Amino acid sequence: MSVFVIRRLMQALLVVFLMSVIVFFGVNIVGDPVYMLVSPDADQADIEAAIRRLGLDRPIWDQYLLFLKGAAQGNLGDSFIFGEPALKLILHHMPATLELAFSALMLAIVIGIPLGLFSGLYPDNPISKGIMAGSILGFSLPTFWVGLMLILLFAVELGWLPSTGRGDTATIFGIETSLATWDGLRHIFLPALNLALLKISLAIRLTRAGVREAMSQDYVKYARAKGISTKRIIFVHVMKNIMIPVVTVMGLEFGSLIGFSVVTETIFAWPGMGKLLIDAILQLDRPVVVAYLMIMVLFFVVINLVVDILYSILDPRVRLQDQGA
Amino acid sequence: MTAVLEVAGLKTHFFTHAGVVKAVDGVDFTVNKGEVMGLVGESGSGKSITGFSILGLIDQPGRIVEGSIRFNGDEIANAPEETLKSIRGNRISMIFQDPMMTLNPVLRIDSQMMEAIFAHEKVSKKVAWERSRHALGLVGIPSPEERLKAYPHQLSGGMRQRVSIAIAFLNKPDLIIADEPTTALDVTIQAQIIHEAQKLTRQTGTAMIWITHDLAVVAGLADRISVMYAGRIVEQGLTDDVIDRPLHPYTVGLLGSVPTANKRGERLFQIEGMTPNMLALPEGCAFAPRCRSASAACKAPPPITHIANRDIRCFNPQAQAAAE
Amino acid sequence: MTDTTLQSPAPAKVKVETPFQRFRAEFFESRIAATAFFVLVIIMALAILAPWITPQNPYDLAQVDVLDGRLPPGSEAFAGYTMWLGSDGAGRDLYSAILYGLRISISVGLASGVIALFVGMVVGLVAAYAGGRTEAVIMRVVDLQLSFPAALVALMLVAALGKGIDKIILALVVAQWAYYARTVRATALVERGKEYVEAAQCLGLSKTRVVFRHILPNCLAPLIVVGTVQTAHAVSLEATLSFLGVGLPQTEPSLGVLIANGFEYMLSGRYWISVFPGIALLLTVASINLVGDQLRDVLNPRMKK
Repeated sequence: MSVFVIRRLMQALLVVFLMSVIVFFGVNIVGDPVYMLVSPDADQADIEAAIRRLGLDRPIWDQYLLFLKGAAQGNLGDSFIFGEPALKLILHHMPATLELAFSALMLAIVIGIPLGLFSGLYPDNPISKGIMAGSILGFSLPTFWVGLMLILLFAVELGWLPSTGRGDTATIFGIETSLATWDGLRHIFLPALNLALLKISLAIRLTRAGVREAMSQDYVKYARAKGISTKRIIFVHVMKNIMIPVVTVMGLEFGSLIGFSVVTETIFAWPGMGKLLIDAILQLDRPVVVAYLMIMVLFFVVINLVVDILYSILDPRVRLQDQGA
Repeated sequence: MTAVLEVAGLKTHFFTHAGVVKAVDGVDFTVNKGEVMGLVGESGSGKSITGFSILGLIDQPGRIVEGSIRFNGDEIANAPEETLKSIRGNRISMIFQDPMMTLNPVLRIDSQMMEAIFAHEKVSKKVAWERSRHALGLVGIPSPEERLKAYPHQLSGGMRQRVSIAIAFLNKPDLIIADEPTTALDVTIQAQIIHEAQKLTRQTGTAMIWITHDLAVVAGLADRISVMYAGRIVEQGLTDDVIDRPLHPYTVGLLGSVPTANKRGERLFQIEGMTPNMLALPEGCAFAPRCRSASAACKAPPPITHIANRDIRCFNPQAQAAAE
Repeated sequence: MTDTTLQSPAPAKVKVETPFQRFRAEFFESRIAATAFFVLVIIMALAILAPWITPQNPYDLAQVDVLDGRLPPGSEAFAGYTMWLGSDGAGRDLYSAILYGLRISISVGLASGVIALFVGMVVGLVAAYAGGRTEAVIMRVVDLQLSFPAALVALMLVAALGKGIDKIILALVVAQWAYYARTVRATALVERGKEYVEAAQCLGLSKTRVVFRHILPNCLAPLIVVGTVQTAHAVSLEATLSFLGVGLPQTEPSLGVLIANGFEYMLSGRYWISVFPGIALLLTVASINLVGDQLRDVLNPRMKK
């Protein structure tokens, strides 16, 4: 067990290292930020001063070693634009993104699972067919376009909800969040729904498939033969069997929600780290791009590591469930 | 003797895309109080469907199209779901074939036992738990308190089937339908399970329908045997009569293909041909195409006749056994 | 458990049909799939025929009049034709711009799809056939890549590579090859274990021959299915990146670029500049997906009821 964990940890470290090489060299090959940052009428001396200040005069592997050394100390370089440490900038924008992704995940579970349950229990019902068609559409609709349509409908036409920004925030348990104020909730609803769309479809499909499979199992027929009420069969016997895999898979989607929030944040001007990334890419603010990508790599590597370890612990049960399935 | 269950002219058909499958097609039998009836047949003969029909657990595209099922004198064929629910697990309970699949893998044994009590009675948790513990003790499960807290995968197959039996007896039903309860188990465990079931029916006076494909299993257990073939009961009588002097050629064949110590070295008898295609049964006797004694008369469906203390559907009953 | 183990019904008289005829019949059994297929055909035709069926080449500056800018649907252009879908901020006829945009979107999707398919296929086959260490290393890389969302991988790449049609295609290929590799390897593994491959090897056929003549043809069905779904995904992903401003440049205006251009006007009620290209994108992606879904059902016998 511990050998397995250590080996997976070493692999994870190797991945982070390799990704740092790819990301750093990739990002630093494009464009020349100096010309963006120095005024057009600056003379050669000004430009050279700026280059030295930003460390762009050194050979690129030197820059990388400096980056690596800094990274080990938690310093991923300073933003060209803001002049602040890139890591600090990102960490500053992170809570807004986490809050958005979390809200989207909750929406996906709260909306997707009941719809999936219904369409799994009554597959021939016209409503179920509608739900399934909707979930296919949910997979096909590009997130950003749905975002636009949500703005057009709820913000422009109906004027019910605001379309940009985060709104008021309040602090509970030391966390600053918009989920605590009415204005904040109004602001987060559209972006969260937009981000959740794909995951709602996923939750519907997973739940439906799980329900249909569970309903055909012997233990359901056996429960019926015991005279158990339909309500208890569905909500205890069936739901308990499918909730574990469904919620696990949905939880794993948290990382992808953070990745996708780049799109949603840009559309709804949500001040999270995804919007920060897009702005940084467009302004060639390399340290911020590199820092964002490194944090995402780290994030995903950690998620995968945790999942692998969890599965190896849960293995006997997982195998048992597979037999039962 | 009073009849617990009287089944008459029961027909359960499945309306599939490929055609109508007459899984159960005119079945009559009676089970008396405290009696064990063996319902024997090959897979596909309709014996399990008969069991499920009694409990009203036939799913689409199947349904009971004809016949009556009287339980303690009340008609329950196509009865309202609420009525059936109050009978299931309470007055008639069922034991399934594969204990690996029938117990819900994510629920503890105690909740799966107690829910069977709560479904039919308003009792306190404590009482239900106590009854569950007692029931586990009855079926010979050591340290039942611990087993109650276990999940199914923590128990062996034999142990799980004991739990199923305990659940079946929990509400002291009048009838238990056991659908091949020992098929999925090792032979040694099989014997123990049969022993437990037999002991409990004797003690409680519960009637039982024991569904199996294995004549040897019911020979020592059942009071009476009904042999099913292609949706119909072809021979029905007291166990000793049927086992010692089978009249229907199919029963003869079934008995002949049971390996026993007496027949060591002898060639085992085989019933020729394949189990019939349920979508295209012959007009007359369904067994005729595989029957050695088939005659021209078998082109018509054989009626039930009463010979030598039993009911039989055959134009050419076997005399061989009687002659010996 | 249920006792209705049925035997196969007596073989009915089947009229002889070619595999293609049967495939076609099964495919068009679903009305939704049939509709999707025809929508897709129409979209492809519109995209291919764009220069001949549009009143304007929206990127020929000589034909665009800024005075026509932001006209609502149905307005008349300065040049005299009717702009049924209105015009965008630069005065381009939206109908023409959408058809030209479709050309670019579909080309990018197809090009990246085909290249990714080829790369993934080769890698997957090599992994499945080489086995051992090579396979372990390749599959580790594939798993690693699949653990990141494709959108994020593509975003990282465009962040590193910059704008341009070639760079977008490269980014999409890198983001998607692993899906193909996994599919091919999984199928090839199944095929490798089958007797006919052993038989072919026993006959002394060369490895390449076994791979290309025996294993590969069996991987084609799943590859086609993954290919359709991934192409839809590529079209959608390119539109997303272009919308974010990190995909295609204004000089190569795909549907995503058109939608992005309309975004600023949307809040002022000029919905059509974003909405119509969006509908075109939606129809394209949804019809490819639905066709892919049906292909999966038809080509994969295990999925059949």
